[in-house]
Amino acid sequence: MVTSQISGKRKTYIGMMRLLMWICVGLTGALVLFLLAYVLIKGIPNITWELVSTKPSYLTEHIGILPDILNTVYIVIITLVIVIPLGVGAAIYLTEYASNKKLVGVIEYAAETLSGIPSIIYGLVGMLFFCQFLNMQTSLLAGSLTLVIMNLPTIMRTTQESLKTVPQSYREGAFGLGAGKWRVIRTVVLPGCVDGVITGCILSIGRIIGESAALLFTAGFAHALYDPVTGLTSPGATLTVALYVYAKENGEFEVAFAIAAILMILSLLINFAASSVGKVFHKKRAI
Amino acid sequence: MKKKNQVLEHVIHGMFLILGLITIGCVLLITVYLVISGIPAIREIGLLDFLFGAKWEPTVAEPSYGILPFILTSVYGTAGAILIGVPIGFMTAVYLAKIASPKVKSLMSAAVSLLAGIPSVVYGLVGMLVLVPGIRKLFDVPDGASLLAAIIVLAIMILPSIINVSITALEAVPKEYEDASLALGATPVETYFKVSVPAAKSGIAAAVVLGVGRAIGEAMAVMMVSGNVANMPSLFQSVRFLTTAVASEMAYSSGLQQQALFSIALVLFLFIMMINATLNFFLKKEKEN
Repeated sequence: MVTSQISGKRKTYIGMMRLLMWICVGLTGALVLFLLAYVLIKGIPNITWELVSTKPSYLTEHIGILPDILNTVYIVIITLVIVIPLGVGAAIYLTEYASNKKLVGVIEYAAETLSGIPSIIYGLVGMLFFCQFLNMQTSLLAGSLTLVIMNLPTIMRTTQESLKTVPQSYREGAFGLGAGKWRVIRTVVLPGCVDGVITGCILSIGRIIGESAALLFTAGFAHALYDPVTGLTSPGATLTVALYVYAKENGEFEVAFAIAAILMILSLLINFAASSVGKVFHKKRAI
Repeated sequence: MKKKNQVLEHVIHGMFLILGLITIGCVLLITVYLVISGIPAIREIGLLDFLFGAKWEPTVAEPSYGILPFILTSVYGTAGAILIGVPIGFMTAVYLAKIASPKVKSLMSAAVSLLAGIPSVVYGLVGMLVLVPGIRKLFDVPDGASLLAAIIVLAIMILPSIINVSITALEAVPKEYEDASLALGATPVETYFKVSVPAAKSGIAAAVVLGVGRAIGEAMAVMMVSGNVANMPSLFQSVRFLTTAVASEMAYSSGLQQQALFSIALVLFLFIMMINATLNFFLKKEKEN
């Protein structure tokens, strides 16, 4: 006959562990819900058409965040345009060309190091190198270039991962038909890593939108309205930097919460996009 | 024709090689710039006075540039965040990796990735308006902007890294280990904590180290809730971290004061490099398992 032989001591242990786990999961879940609800409830009522469609004016003490929105868009675009070729190229070198294991190790170690460096250090080096040494001054371009270095490991890693899933037989088939290496890469390898590049882009967009410390000294905190061309060489605050300035320096919490709510919605959208891209490509691959 | 193709292939190979080397170039650039700009102030102030000086008063008549308060604040702040964040993250990870139903798991991982995606200034803002007044009322202190507020914010911010990396490590534990333990009569919960967790220990250690790196490098959120005064760390006092020391004075400083800020960044960078090396050690160990 089988009887339950779990002693009281074991039962207490199991019960306690279960309880602790539930508490911690509950805490994490509640935290996310609270943050989401708090920011959206305090922020959404403050998002007005006037706020998002005008620039601030000192004369009328009016606050508008259109310049900050545009600066964010400019910085995202410039950064992606530069970082995608660099990151994809580096990933292609690592998976398709590199034969020296040591060099690959060093490059991968360098990428890991880059992703561990805090953004304030990027900001500092960006200021010293781009703004001062290369004489770009505090500008959107200097900010974007700083973010290029920051996001390089992300694009590299996601591209590399998707390149690894391109079956070796495809490459061999193409080589067997007489194609050169470059041609194989162009026609077989590159199309195979589109999903990795897209995932990398989405992750990078999230990171760029959320970044503030690296931009404070490289892109500055001006709220002027520019067209894209003059914007490149002018200083400008992104949404996060504007949030910081309005909350910490000016005490304009209503505007700060409006921006926070916009950022929250954007990060929700980005998370959703990242997971659906993953699913779509996963399905495709399964077929 | 063939020769032309070969030349083209070589050129393209060279181009990709250069792209591959860019990451190394960036790391070198950052290291060289931090060392070059960080060394002069240390030489002028003296390494010991700089690292172990207890006073940071760069603007008085006889300025002193001691960064011990910043170093200790960063260490205590990180330790505090780990102390709170790791147990919560770890328990959550065990539950999600081993026990949770697929539905709960996908919902919670969406929540965790949202937590990871929230910009640090938003954490700072909520901390400023919820945490800081809360601490002031709860503990009856004159100002809630304190080390404690920073610790809580950091603990929340490192949760996603700890949860995600721990889940990955726990899911990689071979199923045979758990089956064997269950077959010997251990209950599932006992199996998870006494077999799966020890088997995943290097991955979980990596999660903790990653959390340390995140916490010590965070600037903006901490700047908004810690009050930013160069005090020696104490739980209910306004404090300044290594990161916030750089961020708060960079805009208006010049001369030796600015150079000293570069030196602070160099110290922070050395901390980060040590943490990265530790992280790599654990990740390698995890791979070997």
